[in-house]
Amino acid sequence: MPKCTMVEALNLALDEALGNDQQVCLMGQDIGVNGGVFRVTKDLQTKYGADRVMDTPLAECGIIGTAVGMAIYGMKPIAEIQFSGFTMQAFDQIEQNMARYRNRTQGRFNIDMVMRAPYGGGIRAVEHHSESREAYWVHTPGLKVVIPSGPRNARALLAASIADPGPVIFYEPKAIYRAFREDVPDSPETMELGKANIAQSGDDITIISYGAMMRPAREAVEDLTELHSINAELIDLLTISPIDTETLLQSVTKTGRCIIVHEGHQTCGVGAEIAARLAEGGAFEYLVAPLKRLTAPDIPHPYFQVEQHFLPDPDDIIGAARELMEWT
Amino acid sequence: MSGLEPDKPIEASCDPMQASPPLPASGFNTRAIDLGRIECLQILDEHGDIEEGLQPDIEDNELLRVHRAMLLSRAFDSRMLAMQRQGQMGTFAPNLGQEACMIGQVWPLGDEDWFSPSYRAFGAQIWRGWSMERLMTLWAGYHDGFPPPDDVKDLPFSIVIGSHVLPATGIAMAMRRAKDPHCMVVNFGDGAFSQGAITEAMNFAAVDQAPIVFVCENNGWAISTPLDKQAGNEVLAARGAGYGVHSIRVDGNDILAMMTAMKEACDRARRGEGPTLIEAITFRMSLHTTADDPTVYRDESLVEPWHNRCPIRRFELWLTRTNRLTTQDCDRIREECEQEVLDARAYFRKNATAKPREIFDHIYDTITPELESQRMDYLRRLDRKGVE
Repeated sequence: MPKCTMVEALNLALDEALGNDQQVCLMGQDIGVNGGVFRVTKDLQTKYGADRVMDTPLAECGIIGTAVGMAIYGMKPIAEIQFSGFTMQAFDQIEQNMARYRNRTQGRFNIDMVMRAPYGGGIRAVEHHSESREAYWVHTPGLKVVIPSGPRNARALLAASIADPGPVIFYEPKAIYRAFREDVPDSPETMELGKANIAQSGDDITIISYGAMMRPAREAVEDLTELHSINAELIDLLTISPIDTETLLQSVTKTGRCIIVHEGHQTCGVGAEIAARLAEGGAFEYLVAPLKRLTAPDIPHPYFQVEQHFLPDPDDIIGAARELMEWT
Repeated sequence: MSGLEPDKPIEASCDPMQASPPLPASGFNTRAIDLGRIECLQILDEHGDIEEGLQPDIEDNELLRVHRAMLLSRAFDSRMLAMQRQGQMGTFAPNLGQEACMIGQVWPLGDEDWFSPSYRAFGAQIWRGWSMERLMTLWAGYHDGFPPPDDVKDLPFSIVIGSHVLPATGIAMAMRRAKDPHCMVVNFGDGAFSQGAITEAMNFAAVDQAPIVFVCENNGWAISTPLDKQAGNEVLAARGAGYGVHSIRVDGNDILAMMTAMKEACDRARRGEGPTLIEAITFRMSLHTTADDPTVYRDESLVEPWHNRCPIRRFELWLTRTNRLTTQDCDRIREECEQEVLDARAYFRKNATAKPREIFDHIYDTITPELESQRMDYLRRLDRKGVE
């Protein structure tokens, strides 16, 4: 397989799922003839027909609510919400039904579905197109939340999310949809959900991130090694719920220092949860420096003329790492 | 309250096709669209008389089965109310006077069809195969009562008003894709119809031509809010017409009209001819729930006329007049139903068991590590408190 962008890798995973299982269907706005506004579902309607790759009316709540029903009847819907900012319209159905039917029916109705949505900033879009509100779903019992960081793991994680028997929120970092290419194997590939990936090993400081923020984090880690002789360990969460606490604890008990980088807001964000788990879970006595969060501030994502300095960048990460290294 | 008068069809102000005034010179026609006349189906009036030529072709044993189900629903209703008042039951939503709506809407369904109830539809749930002891377990706050029985293709009801209607629509969309010749009946109230999710559901169903029947049980009240504060157009069926859903109004206190309209709608759905909206006009004679006191907001004089429109009363007038039952039969069946409810209560009292150690068991297919650690903490708390 030639090198793929994330969009192409996601398309491949969806194609494989539709080809392997008659119960899999896609639904969403403009996903059929148009192939999705980002082309993730390109050509799939031609290949699998309009009943399996469905253009829906423009109603997010309706998309998720009907997908839940289809899952109850035995189908495996993969619902696309055009931008994650519009999942708020579907909050009712995600929270009341998608996440809860299993518990409400004591396991009788398993909601085997995936909600996909592009999330995150940096694409010079209008309001509501740059949100990173994955923490809502991490906070919701019954859901799993998955966020890939590159073409290869996007394909494998989407396959794993589709194979998972329960409801999965799959957020796609649209800022890196086409930012770089990776080798993607010819044969189908999957990954275990709930496992973080140690993207680079190091002993001095742990940097935890996910999604599009893995790019500046990687850049920072390289510069820290080359320019500052700081060997950072970089962890890519991949699954945001359930969080792989064990891998994080092992790393931080080793390094004694930790920075958490994400696009979501700070208060009650994913970083807050990770910090709490590290502090409660046994890393406390190994810490030589305070835990540090680099996140979006608690304001709505600014309009694009002023978004350039809103999200953490490599300099911010390097600066924070050097500060933490001063603690001994 | 004109919208609650079942026997008066809503007259359109004019025929929209013929009475349009000539277009103004500018070329723009700014007259509002008129949906015209929306009739209300009634077969059996409140005196127990059948409109000439309208008697449906339904076998006597079916009529008697339906009659018994209506009585059983009422017996369950009053027993549950009593149990709640005695402190033996959680909050409960009575259904007094809506028995024809409830039983009529599920009567045409077979075992392979689906039903998605709202929380006031316990009579329909019993008809579908939910045991009364299971419903008691549900309303008494045990997890075990909520899932539908294994052999019943129903959704559990949703507590959030109207939230079940989209999943119900999705089930119908999946049925159509599987080419299964079944249908879904989903039930909600006039208050629920203000929820955007329900209009989204009707639109999705219309676009998809999904085999679903939307039953809006218009009982005039959403807790304290009367229909005229709920809806600008009190003809709720007009909304379905606006979405391209085949829409009719039915006298919801007339069991024969309900059975006839529902049979036709379900058959149409099974034939692949798409969704139907049935606005069933009835009245909430009792409380919203046991936590409610209607005397605070509703004049009793509004309830009074509905005693004569009682669906059981008028059905029995007709059944006895046509010699299908005697009044003694009716009394005997009432007693039998009361005994059935008491038997269910005895079973419920004997068997309902709280299982505090199982509350983590159905969140995920396989419990996540974090949740497992929370579960262990919780179990240790139960141990400390000596809870089994």
